[in-house]
Amino acid sequence: MFGTGLIVFRETLEAALFIGIIAAATRSLEGRTRWLVLGVALGAIGSLIIASVMERISNLASGLGQDLLNAIILSTALLMLSWHSIWVTAHAREMSEQARRIGTKVSQGTAALWAVTVAVAMTVLREGAETVLFVAGLVSGSTEGIASLVVGAMIGFALGVAVGFAIYRGLGYLNPRRLFSITNVLILLLAGNLASQLAKTLQQADWLSLLNNSAWDTTELLPNDSLLGLFMHGILGYDASPSQLQVLFYLLAITLISLGARHMKIQLKNTKS
Amino acid sequence: MKNLYISGIFACLAIAGQVQAADNEIMIVIKNHQFTPSEIRVPVQQRIKLNIHNQDSTAEEFESHSLNREKLIPAGAKAVIYIGPLKAGSYDFFGEFNQSTAKGVFIAE
Repeated sequence: MFGTGLIVFRETLEAALFIGIIAAATRSLEGRTRWLVLGVALGAIGSLIIASVMERISNLASGLGQDLLNAIILSTALLMLSWHSIWVTAHAREMSEQARRIGTKVSQGTAALWAVTVAVAMTVLREGAETVLFVAGLVSGSTEGIASLVVGAMIGFALGVAVGFAIYRGLGYLNPRRLFSITNVLILLLAGNLASQLAKTLQQADWLSLLNNSAWDTTELLPNDSLLGLFMHGILGYDASPSQLQVLFYLLAITLISLGARHMKIQLKNTKS
Repeated sequence: MKNLYISGIFACLAIAGQVQAADNEIMIVIKNHQFTPSEIRVPVQQRIKLNIHNQDSTAEEFESHSLNREKLIPAGAKAVIYIGPLKAGSYDFFGEFNQSTAKGVFIAE
């Protein structure tokens, strides 16, 4: 029961941290709760569909079908999050001003919310399909009592969600102006995390076979499967021994998004004056 | 337009992948939540292709922290994972969904 809970917790945590940060970052956008719920729902339905055809997907592309799917999911989430991050940075002043006036919300944020909804759906999809297959395997193949395994899975899920919710509430205590600068950085890091995982997927499938050596190894200091390691992975994209390509992708994503945001800010200023 | 761009990238990557043939192929079978073989000798400083066939009726996740790899393998499915180049040493791997029985190690020498 404990082992089961731990695995489900691990899968849930990454998505929950992602959603918690996004929810805090989009607080002042009109109708954002509906959009986020839509994202989670689409991701959950998608997980069930993907899980049911996962065997066929795996055997595609001579055993690399799943990597192809993961690469598509990760790139889509990365593109959407980048677009959102650039939009939010460009509209930062407007958003924090609106947030300070209680009750008013930024109403032209639909494009940014669309992007976030897709990114959330992709994240839920990625973690969800694995969890569904794991739990399905438990239920069909178990000799132990199924009830205790299901309870374990549910506790793991609830704890993962609770941590995501705690992050959301914690960020909510910050004053609006500081909230936006912090969530902007956090979203940038989430994008870096997606880029790093995309690099790993491409290397694992040998589609991109360069910079394969690990950039560092801090397994003894902070292992991937420790609680802090998991948390740091969800927030910063921490990996105990990432390949050099992963680090490059991470830095590249952060740099390109920052440059894009600066460019858009300047353009907006020029069109206004 | 974005989709076109992405599919373009993947087409290029797929071609690049085919040009590079893997010399070192290793077959691993998962049965009764165990890896066979479970102790595998591999050459150092080379790219290695793992072919893993899950013959169980439940899914397994191949995972290795030291190799920085994880991949879900559904019931009855075959999966390919590339690892390396490795330095001399031993690298543990395990099945995340059945950690008490599914264990193995690569020895690079």
